Amino acid sequence: MNQSRNARIGLWLCALYIVLYGGFVLIGAFRPQWMERTPWMGVNLAIWYGFALIGVAIVLAMAYGWACREGAPGARRNQPTAPDDASQEAPQ
Amino acid sequence: MTHEASALAVAVFAAFVGLTLGISFYMGRKAKSSEGYFAAHGQIPWFVNGVAFAGDYLSAASFLGICGMIAFYGYDGFLYSIGYLAGWIVALFVIAEPMKRLGKFTFADALDSRFQSRGIRLAAGVSTLAVSVFYLIPQMVGAGVLVKPLLGMPHWAGVVIVGTVVILIVVTAGMVSTTWVQFLKGALLVVFSTVLVVMILQRGFKKDPDADAYFATLGPITGAWPEAALAHPHFGDARLVDHGGAWLEHGALHVEYLQDGQVVGAGVFNRRDGEQQDTFYLDVAQAVFVAADGTRTTLGGFTTDNEQTDDVTHSPLEPVGRVTSLPDSADATGPVGPIEFFSTLQNSEVVLWGSRQIAEPDGGVSTLYYQKPTPGSHVLRPGEHPRFQGIRSDKPLDKLNFLSLMLALFCGTASLPHILIRYYTVKDEAAARKSTIVGIATIGFFYILTLYMGLGAMTSGAMDVTDSNMAAPLLARSMSETLFAVISAIAFTTVLGTVSGLILASAGAVAHDLYGQFVHEELSEYQQVRLAKIASVVIGALAIALGILFKGMNVSYLVGWAFSVAASANLPALVMTLFWRRVTAAGITAAVIVGMVSSLGWILLSADSYEKIYGLPASEALAPFSQPGIVTIPLGFVVVIVVSLLTQKQASAE
Repeated sequence: MNQSRNARIGLWLCALYIVLYGGFVLIGAFRPQWMERTPWMGVNLAIWYGFALIGVAIVLAMAYGWACREGAPGARRNQPTAPDDASQEAPQ
Repeated sequence: MTHEASALAVAVFAAFVGLTLGISFYMGRKAKSSEGYFAAHGQIPWFVNGVAFAGDYLSAASFLGICGMIAFYGYDGFLYSIGYLAGWIVALFVIAEPMKRLGKFTFADALDSRFQSRGIRLAAGVSTLAVSVFYLIPQMVGAGVLVKPLLGMPHWAGVVIVGTVVILIVVTAGMVSTTWVQFLKGALLVVFSTVLVVMILQRGFKKDPDADAYFATLGPITGAWPEAALAHPHFGDARLVDHGGAWLEHGALHVEYLQDGQVVGAGVFNRRDGEQQDTFYLDVAQAVFVAADGTRTTLGGFTTDNEQTDDVTHSPLEPVGRVTSLPDSADATGPVGPIEFFSTLQNSEVVLWGSRQIAEPDGGVSTLYYQKPTPGSHVLRPGEHPRFQGIRSDKPLDKLNFLSLMLALFCGTASLPHILIRYYTVKDEAAARKSTIVGIATIGFFYILTLYMGLGAMTSGAMDVTDSNMAAPLLARSMSETLFAVISAIAFTTVLGTVSGLILASAGAVAHDLYGQFVHEELSEYQQVRLAKIASVVIGALAIALGILFKGMNVSYLVGWAFSVAASANLPALVMTLFWRRVTAAGITAAVIVGMVSSLGWILLSADSYEKIYGLPASEALAPFSQPGIVTIPLGFVVVIVVSLLTQKQASAE
């Protein structure tokens, strides 16, 4: 199923991101002095990690889009949504 | 500081509003049905929708609030950027496709898709209203902030202008015009922010050669306070202004300079502890005096020149934001690269400004703005802002504010009703997914720019010490008047786009979710759209009133609250509906209500509300820390699980 396959990929990628984001938040909260270290090019960890979180989010989003593209292995063409009729949606 | 209106800014802004309203009226003819009004017929191309996501999401808070917070405190403002963007990961990977599949016009549609429950619709409708109104406040405050320099009008005028224009946009063409306004604004914001950042890098860092004249430091002085200070030669012909001792208690001096017995000038100073015991420095400070009758006067730096004004004891506040030392004792760096920008600042020293209030014996209140020389390495690390200082504390409780806010930002995006309704404007799930990806790329890129803009503003020498929200536009002014006009006008348009989305989400909740629960008659499409338009006007008027009432609060701060309420009320219910088969209607309803009430209640009882809204001492607050998310989000999950398990039998019997 297209839906459940996409959902499964999505949940895995989301879990991966939670680990990265969680790492940032936990270092910030419990080892704030690590954030001041300058591991590379004279720029500190806080900035590298922050930029990485934004960069990784963009990369993961594109990877997800690629994995879920129509015609991907195991994927099915999306069903067009049923035509909506506003009157059916009226409150009971 | 006073800001003069710029004719160019007015022209650019008028052009934006004219274009926006033109689009609205043109599109209005196509949006007569409820399908068109609430969801733009599901016909918005995914790329346009993606940029519109950015336009919807990058609110006045992102642009003004984050830049301002970075400009005044450094890295801490960027924590919001990181959290806001991370929230989109949840939106894309977990929420986007089911949302499109299950819903039609509103967030409640998706939540209620498995049940036909009156309770869910009511609870979700009310929570949509609560979150949207909470989110509206900072947007409207932002409008008031912008109107001063842009059109030279008072705060309330900006709020009324934005409110009126937005009501027109939403009433004429609903989602269709809202989408195009947001697309236009999202694109402009990213393009011109990029231009601004390129100019910041081209300018590099420069020490302000004139700054020492305004912001001198006396000392080090050794001896007892205040006698040793007053014995400094600088105060040879000066007398202390009597504030009933209140200033001296706060480590501050207010003096008047005399010449032949005549007062010829005035100055305020702040005591800063020196490296050795019993030594201190006196930094020139700035002050705003508000007398008991409300009269506001200012004293920026010194007044020594009495030719320009008769009042020699007051002067306009000086712009601030300077670098006091650069690596290798340079006076200027010249153009810097995007990485070099940080490594240079890391080894420089900047002057940040703090403030404290002094209660005057005559009932007035003075605010003293004082210099805080700060190493560059400190402004590039988290924990300088009072809200985040707890991370350097040894007490675990102090760290909770930070953890709680980061959790709320992560969970909040995917629960904001005005963002979620944008999933109904595209044709299918694939389009929902693609537009979210475009949104993430656009928003992520913009958030990287916020760090450059904020730090650029910090060192621009153009900041208004009383108003952090003005940092980005004033940064632009320090580059060129034209850029200032364009950036201010875009910031104003930014408010328009986000407020339109919020009012539309609220109106949808009223017309589509709430009204039908109270009045048992079927509404025709025409009636539903008309009802939504009436609701838009009412909510728009409410937003105007709140925007005037909350003048002066940092806007990114208020947005943090809106995220907490959204994440607590909506996310647990939404996630469990999607992923847990045994969830019941009662469980969802209870989770939404408990999450909303607990997070709102917590915020209203927090130290921040006590201090900034009720004017009570922060120490009396009942909530142990200000950000509720870390308690109320898990609480929402517990409630949905427990109540669902308790109501299993009823569910299977039905």
